[in-house]
Amino acid sequence: MNEQEQKELVELLKQTVAPVDRELHHDLWPKMRRRLDEPWDSRSWRAVFSATKLSSVPWFDWALLAALLLGICAFPSSIPIWLYNF
Amino acid sequence: MELVEQPPSVLERFAAGELDAFETLFQQFQREVYGWTVRIVRDPAVAEDLTVETFWRIYRAHARFDPTRSFGAWARRIATNVAFDYLKTARPQAAELTESLAASAAGRSPGDPAIQREVRERTQMAFQQLPAKLRGVASLALIEELPHSEIADALNISPAAVKSRLFRAVQLLRRRLGKFRQSL
Repeated sequence: MNEQEQKELVELLKQTVAPVDRELHHDLWPKMRRRLDEPWDSRSWRAVFSATKLSSVPWFDWALLAALLLGICAFPSSIPIWLYNF
Repeated sequence: MELVEQPPSVLERFAAGELDAFETLFQQFQREVYGWTVRIVRDPAVAEDLTVETFWRIYRAHARFDPTRSFGAWARRIATNVAFDYLKTARPQAAELTESLAASAAGRSPGDPAIQREVRERTQMAFQQLPAKLRGVASLALIEELPHSEIADALNISPAAVKSRLFRAVQLLRRRLGKFRQSL
C-alpha cells in the first residue's frame, strides 16, 4: 500500500468513527462506592460466570471439558490420576 | 538538625489501604482515567463502567503500588488493560462483511449519497471487527493522533511494537475494504 492510499484510509476512518466527548460530566464516586460495598465473594463468582466471560471461551475448550467429564464418568478410577496432574 | 516527622502522603496512605486516600486519588484522577478509556472504547457509558472497574482493580492492588512512582501512569496502564479486555469480549454489532455491498455499489457513482453512506458503514464495521489489540492502537494512533511513545508507555510495549500493530491494523482494514473500494 502506498502512502497516499494509507492517508486516504486514515482520513476515511476519521470521518467514519464518530468523535467522542472526553469530558466526564458527573462524579463516579457514588458508583465506585457501591462497587466497593458489594460483597467480594458474590462479585468474584459473578465475574467468573458472567455471560460475557462464558461466551468468550473458545468452543474447543468446552469440547475438552466435555471430553474430560465423559472420561471421568466412563473411567472413575482415573480420578486420582487427574487430581495428581492438577 | 531537628528531624520533623512528616505526615504520610496520600500515595503512602493509599498504599497502606486507607479508603480516604483512595477517594482523594479517585476524585483527582477519575476524569483522566475516563478520558483515556473513552478514547479506546469510544462509548461514554461503557467508559464510565470501565473507569469504575479500573479503580476497583487499583484499589485491590494498593499493596503493590510504589508511592515513589507516578500514580497517574500506573492508573493509565491499568485503565488500558481494562479497556483492551473489554474490546476482546465485546462483539461487533454488525454482521460479517459480505460482498453484497460491493456488488450493489457496482455501476453507481462514488458521489452517490447512498454509496457514501455504505462506505462509512462498511468502514465502521471493518474497524469494529479489528482484533482488540489492533483496534485499541488504531483508535489511539489514527483517530486520536496520540504520539506512539505515549501509547507505548500506556500499553507497556515498545514504540516499534505500536508501529507494528498499527501497520497490521491498516493492512487488515485495507484488505477488508479492498474489494468494496475497488468497485467504486
